[in-house]
Amino acid sequence: MTIFTITDLVDWSRAQFALTAMYHWLFVPLTLGLGFICAFMETIYYRRGFDPEWRRTVRFWMRLFAVNFAIGVATGLILEFEFGTNWSNYSYFVGDIFGAPLAIEGILAFFMESTFVAVMFFGWNRVSPRMHLASTWLTAIGANLSALWILVANAWMQYPAGMRFNIETARNEMVDFLEVALSPVAMSKFAHTVTSGFLLASLFVVAISAWFLLKKRQEAFAIRSMKVAAVFGLVSAVFTAWTGDTSGVHVARYQPAKLAAMEALYEGRNGTPLTVVGLLNTDKKHDNDAPIFDFEVKIDKMLSLLAFHDLDAFVPGFNDLIYGNAEHGIMPVSEKMERGRKALEQVTLYSNAMREGDTGELARIKRLFDIDTPEGEAFYNDYFRYFGYGFLKSEDEIVPPIGLVFYSFRVMVGLGVWFVVLFAACLVMLKKGTLVRRRWALWLMLLSLPLPYVAGQAGWIVSEVGRQPWTVQDMLPAMASVSELSYEAVRTTFFIFAVLFTMLLVAEIMIMVRQVKNGPEAIKD
Amino acid sequence: MESYLTYQHYWWFVISLLCGILVFLLFVQGGQTLIYRLSGGDKDRKTLLINVLGHKWELTFTTLVTFGGAFFASFPLFYSTSFGGAFYVWMAILFFFVIQAVAYEYRSKPSNLLGARVYESFLVLNGFFGTILLGTALGTLFTGAEFTVSRDNIASLSGSNVISQWQSPWRGLEAVLDYRNVALGLAVFFLSRTLAIHYFYATVNSNKIIAKSRRPLIVSTVLFLVFFLVFFGGVMLGGGYETNHATGRIWYVAHKHFHNFVELGWLGAGFLLGLVMVLVGLFMGLDRCKNTIWVSGPGVVVTVTALMLCAGFNNTAYYPSLSDMNSSLTVSNSSSSLFTLKTMTYVSYLIPLVVAYIAFVWYLMTKKRESVDDLDDAPEKY
Repeated sequence: MTIFTITDLVDWSRAQFALTAMYHWLFVPLTLGLGFICAFMETIYYRRGFDPEWRRTVRFWMRLFAVNFAIGVATGLILEFEFGTNWSNYSYFVGDIFGAPLAIEGILAFFMESTFVAVMFFGWNRVSPRMHLASTWLTAIGANLSALWILVANAWMQYPAGMRFNIETARNEMVDFLEVALSPVAMSKFAHTVTSGFLLASLFVVAISAWFLLKKRQEAFAIRSMKVAAVFGLVSAVFTAWTGDTSGVHVARYQPAKLAAMEALYEGRNGTPLTVVGLLNTDKKHDNDAPIFDFEVKIDKMLSLLAFHDLDAFVPGFNDLIYGNAEHGIMPVSEKMERGRKALEQVTLYSNAMREGDTGELARIKRLFDIDTPEGEAFYNDYFRYFGYGFLKSEDEIVPPIGLVFYSFRVMVGLGVWFVVLFAACLVMLKKGTLVRRRWALWLMLLSLPLPYVAGQAGWIVSEVGRQPWTVQDMLPAMASVSELSYEAVRTTFFIFAVLFTMLLVAEIMIMVRQVKNGPEAIKD
Repeated sequence: MESYLTYQHYWWFVISLLCGILVFLLFVQGGQTLIYRLSGGDKDRKTLLINVLGHKWELTFTTLVTFGGAFFASFPLFYSTSFGGAFYVWMAILFFFVIQAVAYEYRSKPSNLLGARVYESFLVLNGFFGTILLGTALGTLFTGAEFTVSRDNIASLSGSNVISQWQSPWRGLEAVLDYRNVALGLAVFFLSRTLAIHYFYATVNSNKIIAKSRRPLIVSTVLFLVFFLVFFGGVMLGGGYETNHATGRIWYVAHKHFHNFVELGWLGAGFLLGLVMVLVGLFMGLDRCKNTIWVSGPGVVVTVTALMLCAGFNNTAYYPSLSDMNSSLTVSNSSSSLFTLKTMTYVSYLIPLVVAYIAFVWYLMTKKRESVDDLDDAPEKY
């Protein structure tokens, strides 16, 4: 078999996974949030003595939930299997840790979601109201539980914890499940991601309700829906901002290159300013002296404060991370690569010793990989922790695409601020009873509908592009994770799924628009 | 070591059980291939069939996802070898399942871009190719595939880092060259159609649909039996690989799978019990008994579980390598660590609870057989 070039294969594999993940994240956040919004509304319906208006309201939103739900499930299936098809080496190397959350997700969350979603849609006249309400809640909880486990898995890739390398199996193995499942990165990632889904779903409801108010149709229905969604949206938006701050602290601590990309920071310093907005100079590289920005607005010391909660903290830039900074204890990448290769060499030596039956050599190397022995602890600190760097061919491979990460971060944060303002304003106007008169506000709400989708995609770009080249931080780069495929095979399937997903997205949007136009009056009792 | 091996076998049992449940639930796919035939061109009857199947599609889908997730977690080396190797086959399976997921929801909705006929054709395509491809892929657990495994590749600084390497440029499509794989694929396909008709007996209240199901039921039942016997006979007469879990050595044994059934008497008995249940179900189906699915369905679960156990138990290599015998995968050389298997075992204790609520909801949603009139009154339908 001919492999064209590894770079092409890695890039196409990245593109295929990114395509699936980005489409998946177009649908999933709405499922996460709209499930709860339906559950809130159905609870109100139940507690208000089965008010038929609330029943129509919840059924209208449930219909839109259903249209969106199926395609989220479908893209999720591919995402799971692409770990095996496209990233087979990764699947073996860390499958012992990464696979467990996926299996738990299937057993505990997917079945709950898929079992009760059928009752939620089709059970109105088949089960008791109480059972139906319970099913709606269980569907929402199931969807969010599944998000928990996949985000635990994702967080582990950003912050590998609770595992050890086993020299006999040449892979990483889990030694502490709670450390994996409850790692601070996992918790903040889960909270940040699901609340951003709640926010998106809330804005979805607010925007569509605003359309009904602009059309002067179903005003009571629209106001009713808006009240629920705006409260949920404001709480979620504030919580998303708060958890975003926590995530930023984790990035600063565990993924400094990602933070440097988010800020286009080349030279580290104490009291680092935060670039609020900026236009990057495309000629700037880490190894030249060109200015970083053509235009910038900065707040002095703010990045140090946000990243380390200390106005004078040192934030490393790419030049510190690549070439090292002895004063701040940062080792050059070239040195890390050298140490990583020594760790890799021991794996090869172990295999050779196995073949030759050299028990003395086997015992020696085993001790090196046993962190409970003094020489194991020293080997871990001096060499093994740089294992992933051993795969790198050049030191600047640790630099992710800066422009994409830098701009995506600003888009995400800027929109996050806008959402807080929008939901707060919506609630104030609802309380004063002035919203219906203020058509400009309704238009703003309607036109904001695509924005949480943009923010969500931007957030994932920051998270995933920003951690390149690593599939598992500092342990395994993408080039050593990929399956041995021809790039043509990956490219072909990339386009097949790109066409399919795009077609289905267009279909979903057309169906949604039609359902909205039909309105709640089309709901049959 | 003994304890580790016990957990490895336990997880092979869980995988086998999930596979058995998945093959049973493929009746949804089988039913999709019958929507035109059984409705006789009547739009309402077709909608009725799609709706009774549509209430269950997510269960099949979820079982497939869980089957994949459980394989990933418990036998990651299989996951990386088969999925990364038989790339075209798995991508094709994914494609045919994706088009199914949206077809139910979008088919009857206005402004659905492609029109109802296209979404119905998605259901039919999923029914044909989803079952045949999955069955053919499962066949390779008995007949093997062309791959090599070398763990020390991970540390290679000069050559390829890839641990599992596929040796055929056809990326899994070469499985069709072994008649036993194809026979299993076709057996799963015709079984899914047979089970679908059994399911319709229990859930559909339409004399016209039931009357039209007679002929396809007989054809599907007979062809299932023929293709299953071809597969089963071929596997029993063929050889397999045996391993010593302590040393990792692997060698060829003639009629290995047959020996497994004989040497593990309980497994042979379980397989026969499942087979008898399936056969009884098939005969009940010919009498149009509405409870048939509750005999044939569990029979399929038991039979497939026993077959999968036969593939991995009794020191058998469950994924034989045709390129390098010693690269073959066994429960001991391809599993996750003891810690991970133990952790997941605690989670798996919740499976009976999951099965219980699925059964409860199934009962609630299907306790009354549905008719075309019921569908007219339903607040929501596909």
